[in-house]
Amino acid sequence: MSAAEHALASSTDVPLSQRGPAPTRVVAGFGFWLFLLSDIVIFAALFAAYSVLSGETAGGPSGAELFDHKHVFIETLCLLASSVTCGFGSLAVQRAERPSVYFWMALTFLLGGTFLALELGEFRDLLTHGAGPSRSAFLSAFFALVGTHGLHVTIGLCWLIVMLMQVATLGFRPMVARRFFCFGLFWHALDIVWVGVFTIVYLGAR
Amino acid sequence: MEAQIQSAQIQSAQVQSAQGESPGVSVRTHGHRRTYLIGLGYALALTIASFWAASTDLVFPPGVPVLLGVLAIAQMGVHLVFFLHISSAPDQTNNFLALAFGVFVVALIVFGSMIIMTNLNHNMAMPTTP
Repeated sequence: MSAAEHALASSTDVPLSQRGPAPTRVVAGFGFWLFLLSDIVIFAALFAAYSVLSGETAGGPSGAELFDHKHVFIETLCLLASSVTCGFGSLAVQRAERPSVYFWMALTFLLGGTFLALELGEFRDLLTHGAGPSRSAFLSAFFALVGTHGLHVTIGLCWLIVMLMQVATLGFRPMVARRFFCFGLFWHALDIVWVGVFTIVYLGAR
Repeated sequence: MEAQIQSAQIQSAQVQSAQGESPGVSVRTHGHRRTYLIGLGYALALTIASFWAASTDLVFPPGVPVLLGVLAIAQMGVHLVFFLHISSAPDQTNNFLALAFGVFVVALIVFGSMIIMTNLNHNMAMPTTP
């Protein structure tokens, strides 16, 4: 048993009142985790609206007529792959390996960008076929839910660029590493929301 | 000097484990590419199963939504465990409790809305022919 492991094992004997304040990294991570959960509550409201309104097509096209499973499958693969490359990038941040961080995070950006391009292409197709958000309650709810997710991905991509610039200019300071860590949480949480989107919106359409 | 650094590291490890960990960091799964790859494998299998279930004729049609729901919840679990490294370990109590509350609120919003709106639809249904 190494010294560090020994310290880990014995630390449980210290009473809660004598453990002192938690390090900033833990506090920041927990705070961001709470933010993510509240973000997921926003998505829950949009999911609820979609579930209630998914049948209200007002004589317009229904989901089963509009959605292309193959297209959604490719989108899903892009987002899943970007989640894994983001994980590899986070590991590289922990080891402070600059080239590796650039490589994995660039790949994450590329895959996230591909996802966004595919989604915007789908929106464009829907709009040109007269199935915009004003066509029916179903399409309003669809654009609100999927659009909010797309907006989150867009914000994530902007955040990723900022983080890469911070690594380039500030290096791997604890502050930058913490922010990168929060970005990783955000990106993985978006992938979890997408699982709900493709199941309820795309595969659930019938 | 080196001994000082080492003791500082031990102390910081002690403080961290004593005060719990933030999500995304687990003592056991910390720093392994393999964790992500295992998660990718499970997530891929569940995704393919979901898309297969939605398009196949082999499954009893009314059972398809249930199957899709189970697969989606399983995949969310895989993402939480392998990508966000959430676990029920003692150092993760705060994260786990927050997650449990989040899931509770989400379920309340989604199922509550669906039950109320279905009930309203049922009560306010107009006869289609006069």
